[in-house]
Amino acid sequence: MRKAICINGGYGCGPLRFPILRKWAGYLDLWRLAALGAALSVALPLTVILGSFHHSTGAIWRHLSRHLLVDLLLNTAILAGGVVGGTFVLGVSLAWLTGACEFPGRKMFTWALLLPLAVPTYVLAFVFLGLLEFSGPVQTMLRSWLPGSRAWFPNVRSAGGIIVVMSLALYPYVYLLARAAFRTQGKRALEAAQSLGKSRTSSFFKVALPMARPWIGGGLLLVLMETLADFGAVSIFNFDTFTTAIYKAWFGFFSLPAAAQLSSFLVIIVFVLIIIEQKTRQKMRFAGSGRAEGNLARIKLGGWKKWSATLFASAVLLVAFVIPFVQLLTWSAEIYGEEFNIRYLSFLSHSLVFAMLASGGVVVCSVLLAYADRRHRDTLSLFCTRIATLGYALPGTVLAVGMVIVITAVDRPLVDLLKTFCGYDKNTLIQGTMFTVIAAYVIRFMAAGYNSINSAMHRISDSIDEAAISLGVKGLALLRKVHVPILKTGILTAAALVFVDVMKEMPITLMTRPFGWDTLAVKIFELTSEGEWERAALPAVALVLGGLIPVMLLARQTEN
Amino acid sequence: MKKILSLMMIIYFWVAVSATAFCQELVVYSARNEHLIRPLFEAYTKETGVKIDYITDKAAVLLQRLKAEGQATPADLLITVDAGNLWHAAQEGILQPVASDILVKNIPSHLRDPQNRWFGLSIRARTIVYNPRKVAPEELSTYEDLAGPAWKDRLVLRTSKKVYNQSLVAMLITEHGDAQTEKIIKGWVSNLAAPPFSSDTKVLEAIAAGQGDVGIVNTYYVGRLLAKKPDLPLAIFWPNQAANGVHVNISGAGITTHSKHHKAAKMLLEWLSSPQAQNLYADVNLEYPVNPQVSPHSMIASWGKFKQNPINLDNAGKYQAEAIQLMDRAGYR
Repeated sequence: MRKAICINGGYGCGPLRFPILRKWAGYLDLWRLAALGAALSVALPLTVILGSFHHSTGAIWRHLSRHLLVDLLLNTAILAGGVVGGTFVLGVSLAWLTGACEFPGRKMFTWALLLPLAVPTYVLAFVFLGLLEFSGPVQTMLRSWLPGSRAWFPNVRSAGGIIVVMSLALYPYVYLLARAAFRTQGKRALEAAQSLGKSRTSSFFKVALPMARPWIGGGLLLVLMETLADFGAVSIFNFDTFTTAIYKAWFGFFSLPAAAQLSSFLVIIVFVLIIIEQKTRQKMRFAGSGRAEGNLARIKLGGWKKWSATLFASAVLLVAFVIPFVQLLTWSAEIYGEEFNIRYLSFLSHSLVFAMLASGGVVVCSVLLAYADRRHRDTLSLFCTRIATLGYALPGTVLAVGMVIVITAVDRPLVDLLKTFCGYDKNTLIQGTMFTVIAAYVIRFMAAGYNSINSAMHRISDSIDEAAISLGVKGLALLRKVHVPILKTGILTAAALVFVDVMKEMPITLMTRPFGWDTLAVKIFELTSEGEWERAALPAVALVLGGLIPVMLLARQTEN
Repeated sequence: MKKILSLMMIIYFWVAVSATAFCQELVVYSARNEHLIRPLFEAYTKETGVKIDYITDKAAVLLQRLKAEGQATPADLLITVDAGNLWHAAQEGILQPVASDILVKNIPSHLRDPQNRWFGLSIRARTIVYNPRKVAPEELSTYEDLAGPAWKDRLVLRTSKKVYNQSLVAMLITEHGDAQTEKIIKGWVSNLAAPPFSSDTKVLEAIAAGQGDVGIVNTYYVGRLLAKKPDLPLAIFWPNQAANGVHVNISGAGITTHSKHHKAAKMLLEWLSSPQAQNLYADVNLEYPVNPQVSPHSMIASWGKFKQNPINLDNAGKYQAEAIQLMDRAGYR
């Protein structure tokens, strides 16, 4: 095990005699094994899903490619491009304003702009359509004032409409990470740029933005994966994307193999994008100078600039959170009497327990993965993390099926064994238990946690490790005593992101929850699947309130 | 950190133990929502003492789960909200035949599997609704007629991705064949007043607001909406009365092949079809009871009697894939 401690893989310091064993011991250390384990547990259900290629699905493919695929791919590209662009503009601009500038209300906006994180995309989509559609209050009012408005009011159930909704729902991912980057990047670089005659604007584009790249890239990647795998919001808009084809293959043609084959394209697209992103920034290093630099002095916006900053931030907050939340509250107030009962407390507590366990799992795995990558910085460790974070790109339902298949396959021989030797008398062991659902969450949301922990890891300069090792702090202790405390913000960010993600998650929860473990998201599904959206407002409000807990924690963390 | 970790471990084990400690007598996988089945199960437990555990999800997902679990499945009964999914479950060998005189007596033959692997438990009529301020009922006649030029820019439909529309079109294929049905669907599409909506309620709201004049929906959505807003300009029309009748679907159930409690499951199924349970089953969602001896909820009784399409519903499953392909070809999203 001492091998793991030696920097630069120095092979000379081990007790092993045989060179080949020594080499392997140096190669397969604790971190490597942890990374491999994490990658393997994600790879298993993925392989089961993607291994369905030997099934004959020709007829479905012929049909899809002839009548649908071109449109679907085009729609998907438009949606993904639009949402990535939208979240980039919103997330980065707001992060820069609250992170590096000073304007009226800045302190409040710093945390308030995180609130939309707690609203599920499908809920935002529904509320928006409800308000803005032809039969909704806005257009109805407009028509009574201006009879001609039917002609010019834009169709909200369109590519533009869904891009706006998804950008508003997802921008916090970019905002959160970009803001962390702007706050932690040294002021020296910016000051240097300005002393060299760069204006504020150009030093933002030439220095701050490029230096924040891993964070922004990580946030956009999350947004992209979330968009590609989304089914809820797009089906509310009846906007056909690639996931539409996946669900059509499964729910319409009853061909899970065809659905899996289609899903694998999503995975491949994301994998390629990740690699491109990786390659283009391969030579860059993002560590700070290693000395305490103090906080960045905020740019004091003056005159009309500061008020337009306030206006912009309020507008985003209003449409992304306040209006939808008030609408949900109104609906809830209407149905509170008939809908609320004591069981809501158990739905809420189930949601919270799931979210807590899953975020703990993701944090542990992500720290191990990120640390393994830091220690080795080679192709294998990179490969492991790439595999381990792929679960986010798959539609949740498809991943859940993979989980059930794997768990059943593992469960059966285990139960047989126990029955033979220990007189076990049940038919299942882990199938249908808490283990399945938590494992599925961890696999699905690894990317959400890993990205923020890994980008925080990048900020720790190598010289810190060297200093610690020279003082005799090694191995696990190095991680625990040196890295984890520095990573604290990153870890909290990761935990909070996964926490709200799990609370909002629907398909995996539905498919793998143990008996009686209904959550708020399950309740929303129940009510909405028969079109009772207004009644679903009550669990939706509870979900948002529950999701606010971690968001508030996050907000406190990002306060400074 | 250690404290948090140990707390999490404790919670995990508590949960793991409490989740497996359940000793259930019957397990139901249901695509019918919890708030619709829970009152029934509670009544059944009260009456017989048999405890029922259930899990809800989409039908296709439950089907896949049953397949993946195979013999190890805890499920005894599968409930869905349409015939197509039951037909597929039977096709995949997930459901077993049930010999029961009670079920045969209580459920009309076109609403159950010819081989008795699944049984309808409530009827969901998919009919025409119109805005009485813009349409006179004399203008309306059949589903097929909505494809005609008189309805240009007046028709509102839900998406073809919903199984209710897939079943409707599958039954049209059963009656008219492929080519004729495709013509009808193309006619519908060219008559649309707005792109297809994501739910029946949205279709109704669009008709009431005047975005379109007529649409095709399940009646219980109308009942539900009118119960909340009685003033909405919406009325129900029973089409195809001179021809085969109104398209009906079912919510129904079957006993799983690997059920460990076949007898108890059969008893539950028989009870669900019995007069005492039928009102509870159908009324909670304003659907029609499947048992002809039971009269429907007063609100839907006020819509009048109608002739329902007597062709066996297993055709909805048989032609579902064909229906989807046909709607894709016709550009019906």
